[in-house]
Amino acid sequence: MSWFKQVLSSTIGKKIIMSLTGLFLISFLIVHLSGNMLLFKDDEGEAFNLYAEFMTTNPLIRIISIVLYAGIIIHVIYSLILSLHNKKARPVGYAEARPQQNSSWKSRNMGILGLIILIFLLIHMRSFWYEMHFGSVPTKSYAGVEVDDLYTVVVAAFSQWWYAGFYVLAMIGLAFHLSHGFWSAFQTLGLNHRKFMPMIKKISLLFAIVVPLLFASMPVYFFIKSLA
Amino acid sequence: MNVTLKIWRQKNATDKGRFETYEMKDINTHMSFLELIDVLNEKLEMEGKEPIHFDHDCREGICGSCAMYINGRPHGPMKGTTACQLHMRHFKDGELITVEPWRARAFPVIKDLMVDRSAFDRIIQAGGYISVNTGGVPDANEIPVSKEVADEAFNAATCIGCGACVAACKNASAMLFVSAKISQLALLPQGQVERQRRADKMIAQMDAEGFGACTNTQACSAECPKEIDMVNIARLNWEFVKAKMHSKAIEVDE
Repeated sequence: MSWFKQVLSSTIGKKIIMSLTGLFLISFLIVHLSGNMLLFKDDEGEAFNLYAEFMTTNPLIRIISIVLYAGIIIHVIYSLILSLHNKKARPVGYAEARPQQNSSWKSRNMGILGLIILIFLLIHMRSFWYEMHFGSVPTKSYAGVEVDDLYTVVVAAFSQWWYAGFYVLAMIGLAFHLSHGFWSAFQTLGLNHRKFMPMIKKISLLFAIVVPLLFASMPVYFFIKSLA
Repeated sequence: MNVTLKIWRQKNATDKGRFETYEMKDINTHMSFLELIDVLNEKLEMEGKEPIHFDHDCREGICGSCAMYINGRPHGPMKGTTACQLHMRHFKDGELITVEPWRARAFPVIKDLMVDRSAFDRIIQAGGYISVNTGGVPDANEIPVSKEVADEAFNAATCIGCGACVAACKNASAMLFVSAKISQLALLPQGQVERQRRADKMIAQMDAEGFGACTNTQACSAECPKEIDMVNIARLNWEFVKAKMHSKAIEVDE
């Protein structure tokens, strides 16, 4: 077996793949969030539509987006491989178990939280990514340039209470997933030192609260706006 | 005080096993949990019944023999305590206490509460040692080690190999045990020569035994009777990275 195959066949090697793809997806969240904050700009969606146009046409972004999809798929596949392996490690369970006394709920349910995020991603991509690439999106022109009017699609989607509500629930799932996953990735990479781990844990918690909160504020904002 | 014991009984590795309930009347609150089972076993023997099999040796919390999942937690409800050091005063009068063996594929049940923990021995055999040709006795303190490093290595070395980490982990992962055994040597000068080989072999053996992977729930560390820190698991991960990516071995074996 080559050394690389050995790494991938080891449980720790698989965990390292999970942590690296996880951290990569975290970096994507920052980019995605900062771009989407343009939705709040009071310009009838001009800045957001131009940004969306850039993100779907720029060749470099297109390459990065393929890496991103690969990152998501690898993260999901390895989580399944590891979960099955972990299930097999305890074929007979306990009759009386009190895990709540030694660990947090979120840390034990990363799989379920991940599944919520995956379902969200599929619905989210069907609503916007698919419409943008294969569907029919109305167009708008800014200074003579005709671009897809994704802003209108977003506004329409978030005016439905169940759709906006689903987004908020998914972001709560994301928050719990991140609050364990962020610091956990550092631990898996072996980057735990009593000196800086407390700081990583604090940043992890802050990130897990702020990022999903800002994401969730978008459907809430547009839903409230649609009522007016 | 009175308690009700609900204990896992299993004749042998192939038996399906079941719970049996025993009423314990007027027990001394200063008894340890193992002594409670001793009392029960005496009674069972008097009645001509098979006593409950369980591992025990030193009964002072340092050998790592006793292994019982008491009321949903390894070694019971007290922090940093083995089952032999757990006293009945920590239970409520009339409490129902459920006792089960460690549950893991790598720890098959031999009988009742006794499990086969030789998987741990095989991990140690794979590399949890240093090879030194013995000669004359070296002077004490010939090799300088800082106090901080010595303390950290010693903390890792307090692992008694009881298996509570595996029992507590939702994935039945042995990472805390292996990390303590790797750390105690990786931190000290004597452990440097075989450092990479050790990490490589012990981790490979850990996987081969069928233990699960770590998901950083930290249940192991919370339940460890010696309170081995999670930092050790990170150190193990780092040792793995170094052994794989930065290996001194030029030839690739196997």
